Amino acid sequence: MTFSRLAAIMRKETRQAVRDPSTLMISGLLPIMLIFLFGYAVSFDPRELSIGVVVEQPTSETESFVASLRNTRYFGIEVAIDRQVFASRMAAGKLDAIIVLPQDFSATALRGEAAPIQVLVDGGDPNTAGLVGSYVEMLVLNWLEQEWLDRGQPPLAPLVSIEPRTWFNAEVSSRNYLVPGSLAIILTIIGALLTALVVAREWERGTMEALLATPVGPLELLLGKLIPYFVLGLGSFMLSVLVTVGFFDVPFRGSFLALALAASLFMLCSLGQGLLISTLTRNQLVAAQVAVMLAFLPAFYFSNFVFELDSMPPALQLFSYVIPARFLVSTLQTQFLAGNVWAVLLPDLAGLAIFGIVIFAVCALFTRTRLD
Amino acid sequence: MSKLVTIDGLTKRFHNQNRSALQNVTTQIESGRIVGLVGPDGAGKTTLLRLIAGLLRADDGRIEVGGLDPVANARQVRKRIAYMPQRFGLYEDLSVGENLILYADLRGVVGSARKETFERLLEFTGLGSFTDRLAGALSGGMKQKLGLACALVATPELLLLDEPSVGVDPISRRELWRMVGQLTEEGITVVWATAYLDEAEQCETVLVLSEGELIFDGRPTDLTAGVDGRVYLVEGIKGDRRQVLNRARQHEAVLDGTIQASDVRLLLMETAQVPSLDSLTGGAGARLRRIPPRFEDAFIDLIGGGFRAESPFARNSERSHGATIVVEARGLTRMFGSFTAASEISFDVRRGEVFGLIGPNGAGKSTTFKMLCGLLKPTSGEARIAGVDLRTAASQARARLGYMAQKFSLYGDLSTLQNLRFFARVYGLTGAKQRLTIERMIDSFALADKLDENSSQLPLGFKQRLSLACATMHEPDVLFLDEPTSGVDPRTRREFWAHINTMVTNGVTVIVTTHFLDEAEYCDRAALIYRGGMVALGPPSELKARAISPELPSPTFEDAFIALIEQIEAGRAR
Repeated sequence: MTFSRLAAIMRKETRQAVRDPSTLMISGLLPIMLIFLFGYAVSFDPRELSIGVVVEQPTSETESFVASLRNTRYFGIEVAIDRQVFASRMAAGKLDAIIVLPQDFSATALRGEAAPIQVLVDGGDPNTAGLVGSYVEMLVLNWLEQEWLDRGQPPLAPLVSIEPRTWFNAEVSSRNYLVPGSLAIILTIIGALLTALVVAREWERGTMEALLATPVGPLELLLGKLIPYFVLGLGSFMLSVLVTVGFFDVPFRGSFLALALAASLFMLCSLGQGLLISTLTRNQLVAAQVAVMLAFLPAFYFSNFVFELDSMPPALQLFSYVIPARFLVSTLQTQFLAGNVWAVLLPDLAGLAIFGIVIFAVCALFTRTRLD
Repeated sequence: MSKLVTIDGLTKRFHNQNRSALQNVTTQIESGRIVGLVGPDGAGKTTLLRLIAGLLRADDGRIEVGGLDPVANARQVRKRIAYMPQRFGLYEDLSVGENLILYADLRGVVGSARKETFERLLEFTGLGSFTDRLAGALSGGMKQKLGLACALVATPELLLLDEPSVGVDPISRRELWRMVGQLTEEGITVVWATAYLDEAEQCETVLVLSEGELIFDGRPTDLTAGVDGRVYLVEGIKGDRRQVLNRARQHEAVLDGTIQASDVRLLLMETAQVPSLDSLTGGAGARLRRIPPRFEDAFIDLIGGGFRAESPFARNSERSHGATIVVEARGLTRMFGSFTAASEISFDVRRGEVFGLIGPNGAGKSTTFKMLCGLLKPTSGEARIAGVDLRTAASQARARLGYMAQKFSLYGDLSTLQNLRFFARVYGLTGAKQRLTIERMIDSFALADKLDENSSQLPLGFKQRLSLACATMHEPDVLFLDEPTSGVDPRTRREFWAHINTMVTNGVTVIVTTHFLDEAEYCDRAALIYRGGMVALGPPSELKARAISPELPSPTFEDAFIALIEQIEAGRAR
């Protein structure tokens, strides 16, 4: 290996990358688009839920109950006397839940007996269903407590009181973990997709053949292609981190050094995947499809980024250990929200390093300066 | 002379093909020579070059370059050779200078040596004033020269050129030959792969490949000497020269026949008597003249003759001939941004005529062609097919034309029959009419043997017949052929043209584009397209006659083309 040949390939790749609008789109525009997508469009925070309240016999008690529902910012409330109206609207997906206050609601409640409230939830979306159920339960308890106070009666002393506090993500905003997680997806795309594409392009245009017929060695070719894209990938990673912290106000509590180290290791894994894909196919279209199938989709599903690994079957959880994005997402979420937690960071870095070494060993095995 | 490359029993198979790409090839290449590697597409030329460059590993046999195995000693061998692949291996998004610098870096040409080399190469190729231009923005001929310059940065012992002249304009092609000739004087050995058989005549030795086998190894003159005295021209034909050809092909003494402008060229059997003119019915004024053989005659002789059967397509429905104008082009102009791809092109094509649009790649013939068949809207001007304006009634006009694309454009995963059925449905043929049409096509093009085979697996000649069947199923008045036979072996080419000739005899009008200047000879009239404009129009014999000079008593079509362009350039300079 000589440095001048390596430098020649690197210079060529850099020039091509700078001149090719599609490279700049993938490395500059796409990351920003994704961050904005996960920052604005995708959210797992409860939105305003539409609730229909059926008050079969209006009294001052039902009125104060409905008022307490209206007071929360989570609910959009409609009131009716008959449940039939709401039943058909729930079937049409316009209502998330129906709360029925029966005729004898006031009487029963004030007798101190358990007042029956029927809560009908649209189970079509299990997450929302669960959410509505627990919200309503909490609101009923609050209302009861308030009612007792208003009437000058001491509330029933609760046996235990729960005072929850959320650590790490105090606002419980899904943006705070989605946006850092999306950085892993961005690096996957740049590393795997871009590399697979640029190598396939050389095959398609017939330049690879001309290159291979020179005294260039496999290592020079490999490194000369990778280094520029490694730098490019880290550059767009930095840009993404800047937007995440600067624009979306996602807290950053870790160290940039640890972050850069994890990103670099992950970038190697991703570039290696791209190179491996390019040994499978010499066609740009197929390369792009394979990159999506083998790199992007697994990173999306098995990285704990959107879909929780803990709720997956054990076999799939085990499988997630061969997806490098899994290690990066956990490091990213820890770095942004918790800080330098070495118990998370070290195993993740080790995982990435092992993956990187294995994939480059496989690449080196496959890279030849021949066509067959 | 010393042997630079030794090849012994070389065999190469690719796993997805049933035939070997190269079968038991044995030869030697002497240094300081220019060696032509000649054969049609798929003959194994590129495979052989790649094996010499160590880019492929042989399955069997031995290959040595300067005493070294090109795979085991890849780096040493690659330092001594240079290889220019098809499409020249240039980075189109790098400039001329950057391309040169890349290859100089890779070959370790630095410092003052680099400066000298670049100066010499830029002067040699005439690219000196274009060093900042992106390679993608160069013309075909300039790309070819840059590709050569990149291959020559570190003066190699052996230069491998894979079809360097395909699709390039004839002037650039001639310049390239001159440049390569100069290189051999400097002691560089050149292997020049080509599908143009006429290029073989310019080489000192030729290796002729056919279907992976080396069928001739020696001087081209030795090969043509074998057919000397057996090549005749039927001149002064009064009637239809296509009929004369058709009859001649079935004559027992004739090994091969082709149309050559207004005459018919015949290659006779080795022991045969010269056939009587009466048996050819060439008309009263016809005469036979013995002419010097060309390499293609010898090639055909080597592979056992051309296409000699009668085209089965002869039974197609008859159309009336006449002076009716079928295709009209009026001032066709097409701009792409500020670039004029075709400018003010006007001509008429009459019923039953074979009309050629001839010119190098990038000259504008494809653009003109696409405007004629309604695939591209002209910026100005108009095109009419059978009186129908393509701008206002494109689909109506399209129903009357058949189109056969340059590359095999049938569905490779469908069988022959499924392709026929699909196209029948596309043309709106259903029920009994569809069945009858498909039966007629199977019968006419002799497709019955391979109805259930996937079309991608068919032999080339078969694929072409099937393509033609699919393009003509709806009995179009006009048939458009886009580069139908470039790179195709001469025998398949003859068969294809036999079908076309029969269709023309039946009154179909044919418009053909080609960068194979030879193919112009098959046309009744040809338009020469050069740099977006039509530079000449007329029967090929007339166009060739314009180039006749004392030094060049019987010019080829390429000579005619070059002479014409030189006249135009001289006119511009004045």
